Amino acid sequence: MPEYIWPQAADRRLIGSRVSRLDGPVKATGRARYAYDTNRRGMLWAIMVQSPHAHARITAIDTSEAEATPGVVAVHIIQDVGTEIQWAHDEIVAVAATSEEAARDGAAAVKIDYEVLPHFVTERNLQAAPDAQPAQAETTGDPATAIASAAARSSGTYHAAQIAHCSLESHGQVTEWQDDETLTVWASTQAISGVASQLGEAVGIPASNVHVETQYMGGGFGSKFSADRWGVVGSELARVTGRPIKLMLDRNQEVSVAGARPSTHVEVEAGADGDGNVVAWNSRGWGSGGPAGAGSPPIPYVFEFENQTHAHTSVPTNTGPARAWRAPNHPQACFVTMRALEDLAHEAGMDPLDLFLKNIEKTGARSSTYAEELEKAAALIGWRDRWHPRGEQTGTVRSGLGLALHTWGGRGHRSNCEVLAYRDGLVEARIGSQDLGTGTRTVIAIVLADTFGLALDEVKVTMGRSVLPVSGASGGSTTVGGVSGATRRAALNAVEAVLERIAPRLGTEATNLLLKDGQLHFVDASHPAMSWKQAASLIGVNPVSAMGANPGPGQLTDSGVGGVQMADVSVDMETGVVSINKLVAVQDCGLIIDMKTAESQVYGALIMGVTYALTEERVFDPLTGRMLNADMEFYKLAGIADVGEMVVHMMTGPGYDERGVIGLGEPPVIAPGAAIANAATNAAGVPINEMPMTPERVLAAIEAGGMA
Amino acid sequence: MRRFEYTSPQTADDAVRMLSSEGAAALAGGTDILSLMKDGAAAYSRLVNLKGIRGLGGIRNTDAGMEIGATAKLGDLLEHHGLVTMFPAVAEAAMGVGSRQVLSMRTVGGDLCARPRCWYFRAGFGLVPMHDGESMAKQGDNRYHAIFGNSGAAVFVNPSSLAPPLIALGASATIHGADGPRTIALEDLYRTPASSDESEFTLGFGEIVTHVTIPPPSSQNATYEVRNRKGMDWPLATASVAVSDGAARVVLGHVAPTPWMSAAAGEALAGGLTDASAAAAGDAAVADARALSGNGYKIQLTRVAVKRAALAARGG
Repeated sequence: MPEYIWPQAADRRLIGSRVSRLDGPVKATGRARYAYDTNRRGMLWAIMVQSPHAHARITAIDTSEAEATPGVVAVHIIQDVGTEIQWAHDEIVAVAATSEEAARDGAAAVKIDYEVLPHFVTERNLQAAPDAQPAQAETTGDPATAIASAAARSSGTYHAAQIAHCSLESHGQVTEWQDDETLTVWASTQAISGVASQLGEAVGIPASNVHVETQYMGGGFGSKFSADRWGVVGSELARVTGRPIKLMLDRNQEVSVAGARPSTHVEVEAGADGDGNVVAWNSRGWGSGGPAGAGSPPIPYVFEFENQTHAHTSVPTNTGPARAWRAPNHPQACFVTMRALEDLAHEAGMDPLDLFLKNIEKTGARSSTYAEELEKAAALIGWRDRWHPRGEQTGTVRSGLGLALHTWGGRGHRSNCEVLAYRDGLVEARIGSQDLGTGTRTVIAIVLADTFGLALDEVKVTMGRSVLPVSGASGGSTTVGGVSGATRRAALNAVEAVLERIAPRLGTEATNLLLKDGQLHFVDASHPAMSWKQAASLIGVNPVSAMGANPGPGQLTDSGVGGVQMADVSVDMETGVVSINKLVAVQDCGLIIDMKTAESQVYGALIMGVTYALTEERVFDPLTGRMLNADMEFYKLAGIADVGEMVVHMMTGPGYDERGVIGLGEPPVIAPGAAIANAATNAAGVPINEMPMTPERVLAAIEAGGMA
Repeated sequence: MRRFEYTSPQTADDAVRMLSSEGAAALAGGTDILSLMKDGAAAYSRLVNLKGIRGLGGIRNTDAGMEIGATAKLGDLLEHHGLVTMFPAVAEAAMGVGSRQVLSMRTVGGDLCARPRCWYFRAGFGLVPMHDGESMAKQGDNRYHAIFGNSGAAVFVNPSSLAPPLIALGASATIHGADGPRTIALEDLYRTPASSDESEFTLGFGEIVTHVTIPPPSSQNATYEVRNRKGMDWPLATASVAVSDGAARVVLGHVAPTPWMSAAAGEALAGGLTDASAAAAGDAAVADARALSGNGYKIQLTRVAVKRAALAARGG
């Protein structure tokens, strides 16, 4: 049995180096085919009619005009008369037609009557919420007494608005029945295997008869795990019509119904002793992400204090429901906690970096990592030279620094990989995972190539099909650990199997053979080394096949990362416009397989962080309950001019590499909002407590703080 | 898809004839009208392409001043050295569009005649949307709505980038109709409708804007925009300032149903562009502003935009 370990630093050729993503060229040239790009012979387009009301009961549906609309082939009622609709834009009827335009005409011809019911969509003021769930408090120690006796005390109320996932490729799929029992689905999904199971159940065929394919995916961020109603509707329409169905959400639906991150509103009191030790935390908050309300963010975040309590109230709203948003609940918890600690440092007359270092032991197992990362980040942004006490600057445009810590698990998910070695020298990994654009395909290729000692163009990755060996959903930063663990084990097993296959043909024992640097070596030096090509030619017509799984033997993966981010921003005191000068992200994630795509993950996360910090929010109309900005005009995503200079430093080497591979997708998106808000607060000299930090809100903070 | 006719006349007379029909609309760059149609905010039975009309584009110096054709692209303005040099207020407003794609497609006429971005209007509730007999926007979310000229039911803001600087510079608009051309002050192109049945433009049936003319150069002019995003984003408030022969004109954008001329701000700058007069002009500009429930911050943004435009016109 091979030894299941990662190669030592000296033996890594590709692992840890900067490899450009393998599918970059096909994406940049438009040749990569996404679910949205899939077109099938005889395909119909489906469009879904949405509820114009945020809360209503369906009293009548008349589809006769829709059915008579030229080009319309089928009309499918999704939610029938009597159903109570809980959010605007919810799907009621689907229309399939020979063109997108005809389907839209048909959808416009559907007549639906509603009994309109009262709606509630704006939860910022808790007192106005009609159905708030009672608060559940979690308490350690005696926070009230500890705060009362603290040497320094801070208090504040912090708000983060509801945001959407707004994936660039909207949700949806093309569905096609091969026969009565076999369904093929080209889906924009984070979970090909899970979608196959869900759709099989929904349409009444074995999951093994549902073939899901996702080669390229245009963003999911946690919102694309499910087969979804539109997956089932598309499958049913395809069955009824006997034709392939393309059903992709339009931008309005994508932003309004296909995923939200809950809002968070939290009142905090915190206290520190005379040495800057944080001794007390007392908070209560509320939030909403749709009819199910919102889960409780982990507050206080990262730190655990001797005396702490947090009570959370879940507020249902008539808005499109929440889905897991990249590091669910963590960005909100980080924002609230780090803002409050910045405020406490100010009240204690301390540099927040000193306050964080003073209390670093309270972060638990990762405390030494945080300490290292804080020093690294501080050096990269020039904290010690450039930090100034809050509000010390004068002038119209004032700059400031802010920092935040985050944490995440990221243990590799269950994954299976088959590695095949062919006699022409090709080595192939087959794995039922999906590449969301994060570099998964590239990571698998690197692990496979490095294990065989081959170049990247000598290996092949076959993935993105549910018929391949099952791999978990891509979410929660679990993919890189899962696929690299499974691929490494399968590749090590395959190397061993190859040597056992060819050893007799070379008149030696497998134990006398060693595959390294593209060559087959004889350990006893009885023969000169031969090329991999020559060695592979001895494999025979049947390729060698070996399986590998994660989890499995050997320490290839781990869980638990830290991460520190610092922001340098400017605040225009007259307009409230916040500008990013520089962001520094220092991140650990164990052994890094591809430094370049790892850094890209962090850059992308910082941009996403700038967006939720400064510009994006779901705006709901109090009158109609509809989302007013379900578009990309007023649902504002940051552009390249908004993001400033970004510096990414990945922690590697001793202390990090030997932990094995740990996920990276979530961690770097957690802290940007908190770090930017702290920097804005430091710059403006007044607490800036609300995301997104629009000119409107920043001006209000400046006015409230007496700095106008 | 609603069927519509498409026609591409060669002359302004033909265009006017083809536009003199119920449900006809002019098409130039298409940056606004196509999204209006796709979003269902407007429906037209005929689109009349203006891009094929000779003489409707281009930028020319004439005795009357600099003449800018209606089908000149916003990007053309930025490539015209004389315009950029003499009328930075116009160039800065075009730059503020923030999108190379839009600069390459959007025409001057299309910008001047663009429909409002009000989210109630774009969602199909009409230009002056009403709910229980009251303005929807006044009762709803009006963070991007008007702080001037909002006493009636219309509280959308005019979305034109170019109208404020052009009006500040005293530009005229030449309009072609069934009776031939007529020329008006550009500010007279705009009106505040009382209901969704009325237009926000004074154009008569079938009329098109053929060109605008900026009279000989004012010595100092500038535009300042406040936006949330630095890239493509609608301004929250803008101000254009132009000073000529001791007289100053200040025109505000994105704060009223029409481009909003602030006579008081102009008077404050009449004595010259100084730190003090710029600040006074900002204060004067917003003296009669009236916030709706959710847009009070735009008053401060407008005050600052006026002050900064005045200082920029002075040269920093």
